[in-house]
Amino acid sequence: MENITALEEQFQARIDADERIEPKDWMPEAYRKTLIRQISQHAHSEIVGMLPEGNWITRAPNLRRKVALLAKVQDEAGHGLYLYSACETLGIDREELLDQLHTGKAKYSSIFNYPTLSWADIGAIGWLVDGAAIMNQVPLCRASYGPYARAMVRVCKEESFHQRQGYEIMLTLSRGSEEQKAMAQDALNRWWWPSLMMFGPNDADSKHTAQSMAWRIKRFTNDELRQRFVDVTVPQAEFLGLTVPDDQLKWNEETGHYDFGPIDWDEFWRVVKGDGPCNRQRLKARRKAHEDGAWVREAAMAHAEKRRQRAAAVQSEVA
Amino acid sequence: MNSWPLWEVFIRSKNGLSHKHVGSLHAADADMAMENARDVYTRRSEGVSIWVVESRHITASSPNQSEALFEPANDKVYRHPTFYDVPDDVKHM
Repeated sequence: MENITALEEQFQARIDADERIEPKDWMPEAYRKTLIRQISQHAHSEIVGMLPEGNWITRAPNLRRKVALLAKVQDEAGHGLYLYSACETLGIDREELLDQLHTGKAKYSSIFNYPTLSWADIGAIGWLVDGAAIMNQVPLCRASYGPYARAMVRVCKEESFHQRQGYEIMLTLSRGSEEQKAMAQDALNRWWWPSLMMFGPNDADSKHTAQSMAWRIKRFTNDELRQRFVDVTVPQAEFLGLTVPDDQLKWNEETGHYDFGPIDWDEFWRVVKGDGPCNRQRLKARRKAHEDGAWVREAAMAHAEKRRQRAAAVQSEVA
Repeated sequence: MNSWPLWEVFIRSKNGLSHKHVGSLHAADADMAMENARDVYTRRSEGVSIWVVESRHITASSPNQSEALFEPANDKVYRHPTFYDVPDDVKHM
């Protein structure tokens, strides 16, 4: 027991000195578990996040928009893969991670349980959802766990294209016909509050924040990041000539920040617990994709084995 | 189900630099690992050359023994040029 305490103290000292922790280093079990929970949740979010956007690939308004959206959805797959790999360095395998997603044991970001009803939603997702994600992810590039931080550096490099392509869609719509402008406003109305919820519960109600900050997995609290997002996004909405759906939103001269209205936490918890507009549909789609792909995974292994055996046979003939 | 083995991916970002570890992926064989590495790790021309190595073929030093492993280097200061006193007047050395 004393041994563990000593190890934990050494570990915390390394964290406090801003050293990075690598896969084979000793780490407290709770640190490992927290990372597996957070990184896998993050990976699942990237993969499930492909669904609402994939919905519009075949109906993108022109070829330029279509190739951009295809590239973006492909990036999300890539991000999921970087993150699954980082997570696997903690000693959990891919199958188990996927199982946790498919059985509902692991969560993914609730934002992807909202439907994409119009093309403008693709703009709003890129601008707001990816914008909020960037706000969250940039500090994670300095997370204490090396493989996670390195994966996040790659993710962040790619994410900025996503946000810009989304904002460009919003800009085009909001400079277009009355109907197009209404579409953009409607998308903002529906995505604004769920985007603010992406930062998680208020600090007072966030059970993981304090420990994650002590371990330097997180560098800022949920409320700090949410405030930062509101501060940078409101002027972007003004530039579009759109109205943020919050009648309490007001610039506060004293604090130098925007004040904003209360978040509907009942809705947040309802969606987290599985009762959002698309929870069942998303999980069903993921499960189906995994099950339908089973024969491909098996065939690929059988093919690899056959080729290996043939190569071995040729070698023994030569010998 | 027998899952695809894990591969480590190394990329040379441009000629003149060495390959650097960028991450890992699952694939049934080397050809598939190469294709997946291209799709996952070089979507924006990040490399001119890729190595894939099945993870089980890598032997890694243990962090628990790193002190003993690297100790012989730490106490040999005479391997560094600053160990030797040369007067300032001597140039180009």
